[in-house]
Amino acid sequence: MAWWTAILFTIGLLATVVTLSLGMTTGKEYHEQEWPLAIAISVVWTLYTFNFVMTIASRNKETHPNVYVSNWFFLGMMIAITYLYVVNGLALPVSLFRSYSMFAGVQDAMIQWWWGHNAVGFFLTAGFLAIMYYFVPKQAQRPIYSYRLSVIHFWALMFGYVWLGAHHLQYTALPDWTGSLGAAISLAMIIPSWGGALNGMLTLSGAWDRLRTDYILRFLIISLAFYAMSTFEGPVMAAKTVNALSHYTDWTVGHVHSGALGWVAMVSIGAIYHMVMKLWKTEMYSMSLINFHFWLATIGTVFYIVAMWVSGIMQGLMWRAYDEYGVLAYTFAESVSAMHPYYAMRALGGLLFFTGAAIMLYNVVMTIRMAKSKATSGAAAHA
Amino acid sequence: MADNQEPKNLQDKFERNIFALFLATALAVSIAGIVEIIPLFYLKSAVDYTETTDKYGNAKNEKFPELVWERTFTEVDGKIVSEKALYKEDKNGKWVVADWKAGDGVRPYTPLELAGRDLYLREGCYICHSQMIRPFRDERERYGHYSLATESMYDHPMQWGSKRTGPDMARLGGKYSDEWHVMHLMRPQDLVPESVMPAYPWLAENSIEKDFFGTKRDMTVRLSVMRTLGVPYTDEEIANANKAVAGHSEMDAMVAYLQVLGTMVKLDDSKTYRQ
Repeated sequence: MAWWTAILFTIGLLATVVTLSLGMTTGKEYHEQEWPLAIAISVVWTLYTFNFVMTIASRNKETHPNVYVSNWFFLGMMIAITYLYVVNGLALPVSLFRSYSMFAGVQDAMIQWWWGHNAVGFFLTAGFLAIMYYFVPKQAQRPIYSYRLSVIHFWALMFGYVWLGAHHLQYTALPDWTGSLGAAISLAMIIPSWGGALNGMLTLSGAWDRLRTDYILRFLIISLAFYAMSTFEGPVMAAKTVNALSHYTDWTVGHVHSGALGWVAMVSIGAIYHMVMKLWKTEMYSMSLINFHFWLATIGTVFYIVAMWVSGIMQGLMWRAYDEYGVLAYTFAESVSAMHPYYAMRALGGLLFFTGAAIMLYNVVMTIRMAKSKATSGAAAHA
Repeated sequence: MADNQEPKNLQDKFERNIFALFLATALAVSIAGIVEIIPLFYLKSAVDYTETTDKYGNAKNEKFPELVWERTFTEVDGKIVSEKALYKEDKNGKWVVADWKAGDGVRPYTPLELAGRDLYLREGCYICHSQMIRPFRDERERYGHYSLATESMYDHPMQWGSKRTGPDMARLGGKYSDEWHVMHLMRPQDLVPESVMPAYPWLAENSIEKDFFGTKRDMTVRLSVMRTLGVPYTDEEIANANKAVAGHSEMDAMVAYLQVLGTMVKLDDSKTYRQ
């Protein structure tokens, strides 16, 4: 069943890319799969959740009475994503390739961002925190810093994150109270977010020297640094005065990428290196290539987000600038052309990051080949 | 930890029973949706006091009567009819907007406009263009009066957007001529040299009657699904929907949609529509 869900999920991913390129879309951001695909994805996701829960339910309760914190976060992700995806996807089909959302206008907007922000909050945050809670202690070979903090972190995140969608709609036609509520809870969310980041980082207490020698641990720890940074940035951008400037600009794009590249990708990279060594019972082909990958990925991410910060804030300021006669200082087209250097810088950042990923692929392939040839020569020696 | 020890507290209980943890988490993630979303469906202030008046989905607004186009629906011999028509066939056999004039208030889209809106989604316009003007001085001068919830009440789904790589579209209608839009969609850089917008020349070549892989784009089905979702049309308007788009290109539909954006309501500057 696990194999089937993995294969079907990958097919679903491919089908999404193909149908989107053809222009089959619901027109809802981050939820564009049309109804046949959306239903298929929901079924696969539910099977995955079912398999996960039943595996845990049938664990050996003598040796493992308590469910580990990573699995709480995975469970939270599964529940919330099912719930959000299905509600936001409610629609009536008009043809095989097109459907109309059941909701319209202001209600549709709120439901859309209730999903939109939490696709990030539960998939890219809860899901990857689960990865962090397993791999950071494993790689550091130390227990997680604080159990109590992880309990608080978990419940605050589960309860709090779902409120945040409304901060995407400040100053729009959404009633003011809803946006303000979203903003207020967003500010409070810095507590559980930093709680989680600190919990991961402080696991290294007394073992900080290992960062110098263990390049895989570097990925995991820099991911937490980016996580802490972007979860600080998030509440700042949710504050109404900042949002008035940052909304509709590249700043949002930069914020998302500091999360997506800096946190999600880095923690995954660390976890993959760790797993490759475990699964093939070997050392990596080249540790210095991991170090090189680390620097490419970090510098690439920094280039990307700095470009987006500058262009985002510049856009926001240009749109609202007035000249000495009290008329708008810039046309929209002028703000577009002013973005050009930053888009080039952004492309460079992305290219660096991609190069790092290509090096990683090479390193992993070589590691597996090395492990296999060792295994066969070892067997030959025994014979 | 001793294996058969009694759970110490509630948290410990949850950690030992995955189903209890499942239910507790499901409860924790539900609360925000209940508080933030459900009120929007019945609070009148959430949609500028616009209310649905009949079971066909027609709307009125007592506080701000200019916001919606009102008409009365009745059932005659099992057919839904209205005293006012949204669109009709004129003397020359062209399908045009009938009893509604720009500024009369929010109304459902005509079949051609709705087809154009579907293209707006298909081409992903919302990725770079918003349709939501915020109540700031600079946005007012650049785009016009701030947007109201009523203006997108028939938008399934809404297209408020989240990014302005290009300018806002909420009040685009009437700013440029149809010819300008056609030229601009064919090659944006001919009109705006700094533009980073892609060209959409295939719109001019494709017939609006055809959908993906040469299948028929059935506007009658689309209008009737819209009515099921609460957008008011008469039976006749639904039945004639395919005739109303016959012979048009995708370009015609797209331009029809772009030109109606923001032209439905004439907003009164002296009124405060939203606190």
